Amino acid sequence: MTDLLILGPVIGSMIVAATPLLYAALGELVVEKSGVLNLGVEGLMLTGAVCGFAAGYSSGSLVVGVVGGALAGALLGALFGLLVLFLMTNQVATGLALTLFGVGLSALIGQGYVGIPMSKAGVIRIPVLSDLPILGPALFAHDALVYLGLLAVPAVAWFLYRTRAGLVLRAVGENHAAAHALGYKVLRIRFLAILFGGAMSGIAGAYLSLMYTPMWAENMTAGRGWIALALVVFATWRPGRVLVGAWLFGGVTIMQLHVQGLGFAVPSQLLSMLPYLATVVVLVAISRDVTRIRLNAPASLGKIFHPDA
Amino acid sequence: MNRRTFGKTILGLTAAAVALSFGIGGFAGAVAAQDKLKVGFVYVGPVSDHGYSYQHDVGRRAVEEALGDKVTTTFVENVPEGADAERVIDQLAASGHGLIFTTSFGFMNPTLKVAKRYPNVKFEHATGYKRDANVATYSARFYEGRTIAGEIAGKMTKSNVIGYIASFPIPEVVGGINAFTIALRKVNPEAQVRVVWVNSWYDPPKEAEAAKALLDQSADVIVQHTDSPAPIQVAEQAGKWAVGQSSDMTRFGPKAHLTAIVDDWNGYYIDRVKAVLDGTWQPIDTWGGLKDKMLFMAPYNPAIPGDVVEMVEKTRVDIMEGRRHSFDGPVKDQSGKVVIAEGKHASDEEILKMDWFVEGVVGKLPK
Repeated sequence: MTDLLILGPVIGSMIVAATPLLYAALGELVVEKSGVLNLGVEGLMLTGAVCGFAAGYSSGSLVVGVVGGALAGALLGALFGLLVLFLMTNQVATGLALTLFGVGLSALIGQGYVGIPMSKAGVIRIPVLSDLPILGPALFAHDALVYLGLLAVPAVAWFLYRTRAGLVLRAVGENHAAAHALGYKVLRIRFLAILFGGAMSGIAGAYLSLMYTPMWAENMTAGRGWIALALVVFATWRPGRVLVGAWLFGGVTIMQLHVQGLGFAVPSQLLSMLPYLATVVVLVAISRDVTRIRLNAPASLGKIFHPDA
Repeated sequence: MNRRTFGKTILGLTAAAVALSFGIGGFAGAVAAQDKLKVGFVYVGPVSDHGYSYQHDVGRRAVEEALGDKVTTTFVENVPEGADAERVIDQLAASGHGLIFTTSFGFMNPTLKVAKRYPNVKFEHATGYKRDANVATYSARFYEGRTIAGEIAGKMTKSNVIGYIASFPIPEVVGGINAFTIALRKVNPEAQVRVVWVNSWYDPPKEAEAAKALLDQSADVIVQHTDSPAPIQVAEQAGKWAVGQSSDMTRFGPKAHLTAIVDDWNGYYIDRVKAVLDGTWQPIDTWGGLKDKMLFMAPYNPAIPGDVVEMVEKTRVDIMEGRRHSFDGPVKDQSGKVVIAEGKHASDEEILKMDWFVEGVVGKLPK
């Protein structure tokens, strides 16, 4: 029985570990659906993390911190949008530059914030449900951002597939010339998508620096931005599958630590590799299925749009 | 193998990002007047890490304070271990520094290479084992602090499960786990240690995840041989205990923080700079412990009962005065075989090569 009871907190930890990935990947999904490839998620997350921490620490309010992280992410996203949409720079190169820039910028901004502790956000226990064995600690005793992240999945899906604006956004991502011919403002729509993606990456970063480990440390995202990017492809651009992928990834991350603690004779280096290995395996598996990729991948992804062409 | 190498790379791209943007931190410090000795310090992390590099910089500032009229100091932070390190060390040597401290294991070969090119410059490399006519080495017996932490943990645990977050399976870390476990089981034979390797010196989210996993497995004291205060925060949140690393981490968990093993390089750095000034400097190896004040324990948590404090203080004094050794026999390995016989203790060489776990550690040591 006690062995089973441990499942509750373990699943809870997985969901928490998946939360920053979920935010960043959902944001990037919307960006990519509009036809823009933003490889700068890691840089956006770091900037969101440091600005979120700075805002939260200075104001003493976690809400201000999270909003600050989102704004910082959106602002840096705006810079990216300006470059790739209006100055028509190469999206891959600009995205990589954004990551490099974000790592340096966040370290610079964060100089005065290293080594300062902050108190952790309280857990919202949902009445009655949180007292359930196993399921209670697994699902119903988390901080607000975890719940919001879970709500964001159906919200993004609803927006993309059930609203007119979502349809237009997908049309822009499929065929920007046709959408342009129909009179849609391709650049404006893409710019808004990039702002949203930046804000979501910013929240993902702020989640790390405010909720997960309430402090700022240089390069603290440690590659999670890249995982979020991989998750979008992993999910074949479907919000629901992003959630599954994020949980899978969070799950493997947490499980390998538990396996070690229980003393199984598996090399820890191998266990540390598992999440990445799992990503590669799934990527290979789904990439072989051409129809699935074609059905969901935005056809104009990464292509530069020239309005006069 | 090294003290904080291994960028946390997922893609080569991340590696490039880290290498490029961290690059080499700028040179800081004053430009020396001609007649003063210039002393250089090379750090692997930022001085603001409030851990390992920070403690070295505290030492540098102590040198400035004590000998400021005779020396000037310079430091370079965020130096990646590898080819860049050689360039930085060379630059320090070429710009007239008479004594250069390179403070991370991975700087060993670059330091020796540069030292060959500048026979008149003196070098000091921390935690390494290769010396030369103008290269000395120094390190601290961190395991002595782990003995004290082990006794405290043994008395404070209720679940008899201690969670240990470890970085890399190198002798320094393995020896630390063993010293801790020996002391733990001396005061509490029922207790066991569960080890989780995170394969990093500094990855706050991963350290936090490891701490959570260990707490979920009923550990009620978290010990770490990684550098971020994230595990302390997790323990504080859960209302459990934790032991800090490298520097006093009390402010990250005032209730949870039992004590910390704090590095102290101040005295050593001042002595070595003085030796250069006097002309008595020799390329020796220094491995100092509590006795040499190269490490000390952060203030004990007021929640630790008085008799426990008394007990560990006696242990501390016994270690300093040589009546007690962290690896006093009999010590059994995980299979129950006596490895260190009764009446003996592990030699320095054995400690420096330690690649086996003592009885009481759960899990296999990765080879």
